[in-house]
Amino acid sequence: MKELLTGNEVVVRAALDAGARAFFGYPITPTTEIMSGWDSAYETNPEKLIFLQTEDEMSAGFATIGAILTGTKAFTATAGPGNILMQDAFSMAEAMQLPIVAIIGQRGGPSTASVIYSQQEVILTSFGGNGEGYRIVYSPSSIKELYDYTIKSFNTAWHYMIPTFVLTDGYTLKTRTNVELKKPTKLEISKPIVLKSLKRNNRQESNYVNLRNTYSVEEECFDNNKALIEKWNKIKKEIEEHEVFSYDKSVKDTLIMAHGIVASSVKQALSDTKKKSVKLFRPITLNPFPVDALKKELKGIKQIIVTESAENQLLKLVKENLYGLNIPIKTYNKPALGITPEEIIDVIKNNK
Amino acid sequence: MIKDNLAWPICWKKSSKPHNFCPGCGHPIILKNLGYVIDELGIQNNTLFGIDIGCSLLAWNFFNVDTIQTHHGRTIPVVTGAKRAKRDAVAIAYLGDGGAYAIGMQHLISARIRNENITVIIVNNANYGMTGGQEAPTTISGQITATTQHGADEYFLQGPELLFNASKTPAYIARGCVDNPIQLKGFIKKAIDFQMQEKGFSFVEILSFCPTNWKTDAKNTLDFMKKLKEFYPVKEFTNIN
Repeated sequence: MKELLTGNEVVVRAALDAGARAFFGYPITPTTEIMSGWDSAYETNPEKLIFLQTEDEMSAGFATIGAILTGTKAFTATAGPGNILMQDAFSMAEAMQLPIVAIIGQRGGPSTASVIYSQQEVILTSFGGNGEGYRIVYSPSSIKELYDYTIKSFNTAWHYMIPTFVLTDGYTLKTRTNVELKKPTKLEISKPIVLKSLKRNNRQESNYVNLRNTYSVEEECFDNNKALIEKWNKIKKEIEEHEVFSYDKSVKDTLIMAHGIVASSVKQALSDTKKKSVKLFRPITLNPFPVDALKKELKGIKQIIVTESAENQLLKLVKENLYGLNIPIKTYNKPALGITPEEIIDVIKNNK
Repeated sequence: MIKDNLAWPICWKKSSKPHNFCPGCGHPIILKNLGYVIDELGIQNNTLFGIDIGCSLLAWNFFNVDTIQTHHGRTIPVVTGAKRAKRDAVAIAYLGDGGAYAIGMQHLISARIRNENITVIIVNNANYGMTGGQEAPTTISGQITATTQHGADEYFLQGPELLFNASKTPAYIARGCVDNPIQLKGFIKKAIDFQMQEKGFSFVEILSFCPTNWKTDAKNTLDFMKKLKEFYPVKEFTNIN
């Protein structure tokens, strides 16, 4: 059954369908309606659901962690300056490998600026805080995908015990569209990390968890870092996702890199122009970056065009991951502005 | 292996002793009495003990009690989230005066105003101990610290008084001192009992020794504590019966 829903409404629906019980948040455009939508759900089911509008984003992030520790699937949503403040909590979740889920509505920077089109929080969301970026970042391209990847975020977060983000924007969150939502068939279970049992032998030290994010000596911290690196290297290939799109199967010489809503524009442009020599490579996971899949798609490619609603976010990831490959990169980047299919068509037409 | 006796609480984690606090520090006195309270109330298996950054973090493995050591000032939100998700838990946040009254003040005062059903224990030693004795919100007039080398200004923060006046909602609020452990234990017990009865926010500030950063010997440590008490009266600030 098709329903007329906004992106924010779809996120709330997805979180409920994924088994989330708690939301802690602070109002900020364009994700405020996730909070108000969750509040409405909470009002109809206060026995089961938990909702708190906190005093700031630090509190929202850390209260979410508190709930998660007790075995509750909890999530939060924020944007722009809130994403910066919440890095405090996200860093802790990253260091301690806690399965927090956050929906990020990217805002244009610098400062508190545009709230509609932006892809300027790719690096912040993937690598923010004092860590190395051991976190999953999904970039959905449509409202339908927003639903699917919000659910997937809960499953990924709790399966791998790792912070997971849905990186989106005001355009996707606030657009209302006809969408058919398919409920998930399998959900990961959340188990308590603390307070596992009321009946514990209280003389047995191993029955209690003393969680910490502090180390006595550098070597101890290094050991934790090593464990994080090993885990990341082990799981990232299982998590990486991408999409390749082209008008037909003929040989290509140009590859366009785009993610999120901009990738939708590129798809539209390739369909409209029936351009045979160009294909789209869209990383669905910005972190981990699907580098092997991208390199495979680069066979025969003479030119890469990176296009994003940012100046140097996706571009930075592409350059870093393709280091050593000698394929020229062109850009069509518009920080905090939308990119239409017509513009992409012009880029393709004018491309020599 | 240390044997149980009345000298230490049952919930002590023996493998983590001797503890890592400086000689003469007040934290172990506070933690020992908190341990007795946990024993007496029989809450060892349903307590979540949240710990801040600063000297308080040295308590991360102090007890056989589930413990979460979090970021600076953020302990109150963590235990708030846990308590809201698990109402039969006993949620205790343990912070220094910097974590509670400076970097985490918005969380502390919001918890009081929202009447979160948690217990907050603040250790007030009138300076930032872990980083080498800088000025804290609780540093008293004229006090020499690493960042007030000619004596601190006349401004200082009275936490329990502030919290008591921040809301008309009944709460258990008290200020104790490590030089009177029997009274202190009573305050901590009343605070946690208040939470267990689901009456709402409870808070104990504890005046504590820091001879390392006060640069005091035993006599001068006690003398400085006497002076601290002139600024910070030990009492219950309660509007409950």
